[in-house]
Amino acid sequence: MSATSASTTSGRAAAEAARNHKGTIWRDSPIVAIRNLRRVLRQPQIAIFVLIQPIMFVLLFRYVFGTAIPIPGFDYVQYLMPGIIAQTLVFGSATTAIGMTEDMKGGIIDRFRALPMSGGAVMAGRVVSDLAINLVSLVVMVVVGYLVDFRIVTSVGEALLALLLLIGLTLAFSSISAVIGLAVKEPEAAQSAGFIWLFPLTFISSVFVPTAGMPAPLRFFAEQVNPVSHVSNAARALTVDGYLCGTEICTDPTRAVLLSVVWIVGIMVIFVPLSIRMFRRLE
Amino acid sequence: MSAPAIEATGLVKHYGETVALGGLDLEVPVGTVLGMLGPNGAGKTTAVRILTTLLRPDAGRATVAGFDVAEDADRVRSRIGLTGQYAAVDEHLTGHENVTMVGRLSGLGKAQARARADELLDRFGLADAAHRATKGYSGGMRRRLDLAASLVASPDIVFLDEPTTGLDPASRLGLWEVIREVVALGTTVLLTTQYLEEADSLADEILVIDQGREIALGTATKLKADVGGETVAVELVDTSRLEDARAALVGVAGGEVWVDERQGRLSFPAHGDAGRLAATVRALDGAGIAVADLSLRRPSLDDVFLNLTGRAASEAAADAATPTEASVA
Repeated sequence: MSATSASTTSGRAAAEAARNHKGTIWRDSPIVAIRNLRRVLRQPQIAIFVLIQPIMFVLLFRYVFGTAIPIPGFDYVQYLMPGIIAQTLVFGSATTAIGMTEDMKGGIIDRFRALPMSGGAVMAGRVVSDLAINLVSLVVMVVVGYLVDFRIVTSVGEALLALLLLIGLTLAFSSISAVIGLAVKEPEAAQSAGFIWLFPLTFISSVFVPTAGMPAPLRFFAEQVNPVSHVSNAARALTVDGYLCGTEICTDPTRAVLLSVVWIVGIMVIFVPLSIRMFRRLE
Repeated sequence: MSAPAIEATGLVKHYGETVALGGLDLEVPVGTVLGMLGPNGAGKTTAVRILTTLLRPDAGRATVAGFDVAEDADRVRSRIGLTGQYAAVDEHLTGHENVTMVGRLSGLGKAQARARADELLDRFGLADAAHRATKGYSGGMRRRLDLAASLVASPDIVFLDEPTTGLDPASRLGLWEVIREVVALGTTVLLTTQYLEEADSLADEILVIDQGREIALGTATKLKADVGGETVAVELVDTSRLEDARAALVGVAGGEVWVDERQGRLSFPAHGDAGRLAATVRALDGAGIAVADLSLRRPSLDDVFLNLTGRAASEAAADAATPTEASVA
């Protein structure tokens, strides 16, 4: 019965290529990622969000809040930029959940699941395209930062390490976001589920203000636990040479980098396999 | 005789208390079209989702193209095409991009996938719209695109889950033409529909299901014969002469002649004898009664459903419209 459906030459060749095909994550992820990026480019409202929101945040914190946040021995914009970039990337990872749920609702996920493609590629393609969009935000923020007196004062190698940590942070939070999307299944739910935990997580941190003045429990969380703080501190140390000292504690850059790596790897070790497992179990 | 393209035995699927499938068997020989007919909530979509590896059954097993859908899902996926109930195309991509993407993910090379997309879009009358985003497509165009995407890798077996639901009559006829082309290529098709005339028009064999179970299986002709044979139906130009016509036709009918005064129509069983049509014309002509319309009427598949379940297809759909079933669909 193999060739019956293919009366044309191209049809026979297609049947030949497809028979027993099993896509790999390497082959299929770029196909999915390109599809996702095309979608974004054709929805100008998303592109505007990706560009405008980071610019707005930088300017608001630089010129409104920043004027009231004195950091001893430090220009606030130097303190702010590495942290706000981390915060924007973490927020940007919420798009992974929204994208996943929109695809589930739209029936594309069913189409993917009925194809002999790699299931992991649906997740990987999503995470990679979201990373690409987030990196556009990052570039925009660095450019805007430079316009408002932010300067990277460290070596290229250190700045690149900061970039790697920020990329790792984005991938890690995207994988959490993918699990949320697969769990809630509805785009609206994904949207609100994202903001409920991302706001406290990014604000109870060293992103916008030094942690020394926070009440003890919040301070403990912000200094010792929160991965967003660790990545912010590491990025700060690696870009503006900011070894930030509060009244009682100084951030140790090596420790910040190591804790960042531990968190990023830890999150991905749990959430990447979990998201793939949940995807395979979709019905 | 070769193995069937699709074979399922004892498929069971529950959603909580709701029984979506209550032990369904089916068999589709290679190169044939099975029409799975039933109202909303009868379990058609659940069956298709199991056969296309999207859903695991609670019990029973199924093979598609000779491979077990649970054990060998990837081999099944490399041999099937699926067209969903609502068209699963990406509305922000162009038609061409949609088909090419499915081709790539089915294992085709880049140039090959693009060439196939060109060919299929052309064949399905979408060449002009190929490079426009599909959100601007009409419902009929989307269904045709969905079908083109399903066919890009020339699958042996195609599942069409309610391909024309929600389409206007002209688009429906257009899609039927496209489906007939697919069938003519020798593709095995499993088609679900709630439109009785759709199954009649496209399927070799019809499986009527209700509440997750088979209630009848056979060709459209056989199902209709089960309900009762053909009738000769006569409409008069002058409906005041119904009684005269009845008297004139008693001899031809060889029994009772029914008179429907509201429709101005007479009918009687043909008893498989098409010669009665000619006799009817002669008898009425002899009596000087003008005929507006004369036909040999077959029972519709609506009659079949009514006969099998004691309720019309629309009532069955209303019964099945529980919240659970709605969310499953």
